[in-house]
Amino acid sequence: MTKHTLSVLVEDKPGVLTRIAGLFSRRGYNIESLAVGPTEHAEISRMTIVVNVEDSPLEQVTKQLNKLVEVIKIVELDPTHAVQRELVLVKVAATTETRGQVLDTVQLFRAKVIDVAPDAVTVQITGNAGKIADFLQVLEPFGIRELVQSGMVAIGRGSRSISERTLRPVTVPVPPASHVAS
Amino acid sequence: MSQTTSGAAGEITGAQSLVTSLEAAGATEIFGIPGGAILPAYDPLMDSSVRHILVRHEQGAGHAAQGFAAATGRVGVCMATSGPGATNLVTPLADAYMDSVPMVAVTGQVGASLIGTDAFQEADIRGITMPITKHNFLVTDPADIPRTVAEAFYIASTGRPGPVLVDVAKSALQATTRFDWPTEISLPGYRPITKPHAKQIREAARMILEARKPVLYVGGGTIRANAAAELTVLAELTGMPVVTTLMALGAFPDSHPQHLGMPGMHGTVAAVAGLQKSDLIISLGARFDDRVTGNLDSFAPHAKVIHADIDPAEIGKNRHVDVPIVGDCREVISDLVVALKAEADAGHTGDYEGWVSFLAGIKQRYPLGYDKPAEGLAPQYVIERLGAIAGPEAIYASGVGQHQMWAAHFVKYENPRTWINSGGLGTMGYSVPAAMGAKVGRPDATVWSIDGDGCFQMTNQELATCAIENIPIKVAVVNNESLGMVRQWQTLFYNERYSNTNLQRHGGPVRIPDFVKLADAYGCVGLSCETPDQVDATIEKAMAIDDVPVVVDFRVHRDAMVWPMVAAGTSNDEIKYARDLAPEFDEDDL
Repeated sequence: MTKHTLSVLVEDKPGVLTRIAGLFSRRGYNIESLAVGPTEHAEISRMTIVVNVEDSPLEQVTKQLNKLVEVIKIVELDPTHAVQRELVLVKVAATTETRGQVLDTVQLFRAKVIDVAPDAVTVQITGNAGKIADFLQVLEPFGIRELVQSGMVAIGRGSRSISERTLRPVTVPVPPASHVAS
Repeated sequence: MSQTTSGAAGEITGAQSLVTSLEAAGATEIFGIPGGAILPAYDPLMDSSVRHILVRHEQGAGHAAQGFAAATGRVGVCMATSGPGATNLVTPLADAYMDSVPMVAVTGQVGASLIGTDAFQEADIRGITMPITKHNFLVTDPADIPRTVAEAFYIASTGRPGPVLVDVAKSALQATTRFDWPTEISLPGYRPITKPHAKQIREAARMILEARKPVLYVGGGTIRANAAAELTVLAELTGMPVVTTLMALGAFPDSHPQHLGMPGMHGTVAAVAGLQKSDLIISLGARFDDRVTGNLDSFAPHAKVIHADIDPAEIGKNRHVDVPIVGDCREVISDLVVALKAEADAGHTGDYEGWVSFLAGIKQRYPLGYDKPAEGLAPQYVIERLGAIAGPEAIYASGVGQHQMWAAHFVKYENPRTWINSGGLGTMGYSVPAAMGAKVGRPDATVWSIDGDGCFQMTNQELATCAIENIPIKVAVVNNESLGMVRQWQTLFYNERYSNTNLQRHGGPVRIPDFVKLADAYGCVGLSCETPDQVDATIEKAMAIDDVPVVVDFRVHRDAMVWPMVAAGTSNDEIKYARDLAPEFDEDDL
């Protein structure tokens, strides 16, 4: 099985997340990571979905997703041509003896302390999955009190935009009242 | 943004807007039952041009809408209230989703401020039906009603058809609003592709000419796309053999010499062999269902596949595809005809002679047949005579089980939209309400429900609807006093241990219920028939009654089985022509 990163542009309507999550579960696919948020277009949300499947079921996932009326576009991001980021906030134990080492580690990974308490610091780090895993491994011995992690967000490199052409209005005329059905 | 035309002047209620929207969308008949949350809509419905048919159970409303849609090609409409009314529509919605039936279900929902509070008769029907509808809506703003109804009808009837649910909060029905019917629909994520790609058509035509053992595998999509006439042209132009799936019966005339019959678990030997031994399958609006393919790994092992479907997700879902074609079946077939005619004019035609004569031999050696019991009535005989007497212009709606398979085999279908059944979901109880809907849609046609006694007892309350609303359907209850198909499996795979398939008391002389009395109680004519010599006269008597529904209790013997059969999960190569009897294929002839 291989990891695939799907960027899914959807209409920002209630229930759309349920539709997508439900589709994955009923077709038997596991979502590894999911991030949802607004885009440069007010009425469009973007989901970044990481899924662990073979190529042929992936095609089926994509086709089934495309059938959802509120799904506008799906692009699989090639990891070599995309930037991927996750965000982690982690609360690490930091006593007077260890605080210095913790702060060194934070600096080493270009992470950032965002809150300080007498016996702990809260650190924010962004990066790809590998960098974050390494960082957490180094912090582990100090004692990780609490950890929260976002889903991965990803964007293609270069100047092209995947949403460029999706907002072209595609309209169909409605037959005049009372002659819709044929 | 959608443009709008201003409708009726002044303010109206959301309920009035809903009814006006349904009229505007072309609804002429609605099957439904009122209740608290949908109640506001029923007031303006009284003055509407739409005929509302008050059914006895919402499941009946849903199947009636399906039958209406299947018989006419128009969108079927049903209506129910919130909570239990809406959940009773779940089975028909799931059925319509599986069989791609264009249908719009309108349900009332509790008032917007009550949603999420576990209010009386509240159910999250939008959430519940997400996996079994093509799309669904919850409307809480009355201004959204016209646009939502227009979108629902558009989505239901275009692309791969399917059911759409519109859930409307009672508060939206009661509020005042304006009726503005949209002139345009803008759904950025919904763009069905109907025009097939020219390159794929050329490639398909090339493969058809190169093949030696091709077969046209025709599915329900050809009926939904109204492609029957084009299909006959394609078949006759090329001489290729044709199989029609359960969903496609009537898409190609049963009487046509190129027709091998229905493939699948209970398919004809010729149709099963036609797929299994082919070197090219041209799939038109079919989906390689497990009931057709049997064990997928051993299905048609030497065949290349051209798969045409309007739904890209069906292509390659189950079986590897060599030439995928996304498009409307009628356009695909028309384009193939043009391409193949051009080839024929240039002197290129396929050579299928050996294949055609091989299959003709199988068809002749293994025709459909059945054993007539020493005493009692053969169910197959009843259905065969019914088809012969009612003829190919009649509409036949069946339930699910043995009688369905016999109705598929022994009625001869010549026209599309004359065979209506629950193929994908296999919903027992489908027949009576579906026949009712078909009769409403095609009042000129004779409509026979061919039902089993098990199925019939699930939804026969709609006979009251038929009698009161003047919908004179005819029901043939193929009564073997059992859940026959399950019983057949118990005979074959469970050592004749008949666990819970006997619908009568053991050895009891009293029939419970007495279907003739039941018909009478429902204001229908009840007839019964127990011997072969009464069959024709009984059917003719039923045919002569035109003003009230008729129920005929055909008391058939219970040991009849459906043959041929490919046991579940086994290879199509293991087809049995009758019990323990496998056909022999002289493949040296090929």
